Amino acid sequence: MNPSRVLSILVENRPGVLNRVASMIRRRGFNIDSLSVGPTEDESVSRMTITVHVGRQQAEQATKQLAKLIDVISIDDITGLRNVAHELLLIRMNAPLGQRTELLQVVNVFLGRIVDIASSSMIIEVTGTTEKIDNFVELMRPFGIKEVARSGAVALVRGDQARLSLLDLNGDAEAADRPGLVRVGGGADHTGDI
Amino acid sequence: MIGSQPRTAAPAQPRKTPETSPPRRLTGAQICLESLIREGVDTIFGYPGGANLWIYRRLPEYPQLRHVLVRHEQGAAHAADGYARSKRGSVGVCFATSGPGALNLVTGLGTAYADSVPVVAITGQVAVAAIGTDSFQESDVIGSTMSVVKHSYLVTRVEDIAPTIKEAFHVARSGRPGPVVIDFPKDLQAAVSEFNYPEEPVRMRSFPSPPAPDPAKLARIAELIKHAKRPVMLIGRGVLISRAEEEVMELAHRAHIPVGWTLLGTGAFPLQDPLALQMVGFMGAGYTNKAVCDADVLMMVGMRCDDRVTTRLDSFAPRVEHLVHIDIDPAEIGKSVVPHVSVVADARTALRQLLPMVEPKREHEWLTQIDQWKEEHPVRYVAKKGILQPQEVLEEMYARCQDEAIVIADVGNNQIWSALWFNYAKPGLFLNSGGMGTMGYAFPASMGVKLANPDRTVFCVTGDGGFLMNMQEMATMVENQIDVKVLILNNSSLGMVRQFQDDFYDGVQSAVQLTCTPDFAKLGEAFGMKAMRTSRREDVGPMLDEALAHRGPVLMAFDIDPVANVYPIVPLGKGMLDFVEAG
Repeated sequence: MNPSRVLSILVENRPGVLNRVASMIRRRGFNIDSLSVGPTEDESVSRMTITVHVGRQQAEQATKQLAKLIDVISIDDITGLRNVAHELLLIRMNAPLGQRTELLQVVNVFLGRIVDIASSSMIIEVTGTTEKIDNFVELMRPFGIKEVARSGAVALVRGDQARLSLLDLNGDAEAADRPGLVRVGGGADHTGDI
Repeated sequence: MIGSQPRTAAPAQPRKTPETSPPRRLTGAQICLESLIREGVDTIFGYPGGANLWIYRRLPEYPQLRHVLVRHEQGAAHAADGYARSKRGSVGVCFATSGPGALNLVTGLGTAYADSVPVVAITGQVAVAAIGTDSFQESDVIGSTMSVVKHSYLVTRVEDIAPTIKEAFHVARSGRPGPVVIDFPKDLQAAVSEFNYPEEPVRMRSFPSPPAPDPAKLARIAELIKHAKRPVMLIGRGVLISRAEEEVMELAHRAHIPVGWTLLGTGAFPLQDPLALQMVGFMGAGYTNKAVCDADVLMMVGMRCDDRVTTRLDSFAPRVEHLVHIDIDPAEIGKSVVPHVSVVADARTALRQLLPMVEPKREHEWLTQIDQWKEEHPVRYVAKKGILQPQEVLEEMYARCQDEAIVIADVGNNQIWSALWFNYAKPGLFLNSGGMGTMGYAFPASMGVKLANPDRTVFCVTGDGGFLMNMQEMATMVENQIDVKVLILNNSSLGMVRQFQDDFYDGVQSAVQLTCTPDFAKLGEAFGMKAMRTSRREDVGPMLDEALAHRGPVLMAFDIDPVANVYPIVPLGKGMLDFVEAG
């Protein structure tokens, strides 16, 4: 299994952009773990954060294909960079009076909030990394989960740099130090196809 | 009527409106047509229907726009492609109505997309308020074409029409060219607005100009060339698009680098040149494949390196020590093979800057080796007494109008024969649907080629299968007296599929015999074409002479050997050096 890669994409805020991005990812056969879209500080620009499960080479190809889309302004593979990648969880828990105290102890450890409460259930909100959310959901399981909604990750790079530079079109995909020819993919056999 | 009107405006610098009077108020349809004129358009291939009738209502007001009424929208897209492909720097334009009209364009757009051809398709759409209601002849054109266009626009305000057209042309022709769709609702065609064609050049933050080549990388390439013992250069359609043929020639001769090409690069380097290899890959010449497999430095310029080039990927260029890849599209770098040095740039710009860095080199043993392979593995065919071979027809055709005619081939065996026997020295005179491999492409596309090049002879080579796919365009050709000389290599079967079935699919022929093949001479005559037919070798030359002497379209059917095969060919699943040759 390949690790998750986080792509941070700035796109023109226009109708159909999400369709173009999703369509490109589908057409090239990349699997999306999560995708989130939202406005940015500039109302003409939206940010998409896409988490994909692909290898480095495939991520590079995905990045370049997405960069080619006319509505994509910039795209950065921020995997491995110092970044904050958080998602939002809303979870409706079975919460009869008898087990609320115990439940709230776990919620407090995860710095969660109760955002809705009813006679036998409550909705809890937790934000954080995907791993943290996964852990929280596991801990909730014994109490009885009724419903889960997760936002998918949104991410920014840490530090003073507000925006990363554009994709370095001239520096990618080279095997300068590798001897011989590096071939991509498993050498799929297409010969003889019409 | 075949006009030869000059393009009305240079694309890069639109003319200023002649009068300085206040901006005119025009309908959306008029704005659309005036904008096309500003972009230098002189020819439109199209088909009217309910959702673009306001455009057709206004079209007669613009006699400088020649409209060619096709008989199927696919023909319009291919003709626009042929126009743009054969007149480098131009953009092909086609019109279709909503729903079925627009959907019929899809194959043509995909064909243009695969081969990086600048085409702008303007489709009628139902009224803005009706979009999404499944109204009559409504289709989601943007969605249906998304994966086969470079970009697309849905116009939603009449004021947006002119800037959208300007941007669409910019996107279609800039960088790696490609098709663009503008979906144009019919109520906006009738709506009125002030017409102000934007004068300033298009600037898009999301579509920057291609980067300048990195001098350090070019220096490294020059160094690799200097030390190369067995260099090979492969060139693709990018060389033709950027008009880098002279630079390729100069580089090849300065450093004595043999040059091979892809199917789409055919015609970018003259076969007669002592440094010329031939087409590479799946159906390439044996000696080209041998050279690529023995090369220590391989330079790929303006090409993608797809599976037709590499054959089985692990057999491609096994001895290469330094792979150099120059292409304008960064996504093509490292897609199938990872280069040691890559330059993302226009091929001509990169080569021009590279040339002064390359030291002249003496001839070396490598060329002697290549000459030996050329002798051992010639591209050839076996003549059969009394049975017409397709190559005999092509040899006669290529012996006529050399370097003057444009040859456009369809898809299948006729395409590979046409490419392997092509021998013109001047660049850019061979066209085909290499990427998408669209059967039925050549015949409608040849109309665009002729209209864009009225002073050249145009030969359209097609098979009987491909011709039947778009033969309705005979009506268009005759109606407009578009002077194309059409050669149908008729084997009454789907030749390439049949060859594959014979050789790779257990010899079981399935759905490949076209037992009802029409008499093409009669068919052509029925449409009013001059039409001829023969199966005899000795008729071929005189028939071509008669066709060339005739002013107007001519259909020539050659009943060829039904089992003529393409050679060389790399069998299914085999590698570059496993090519099978004729005989």
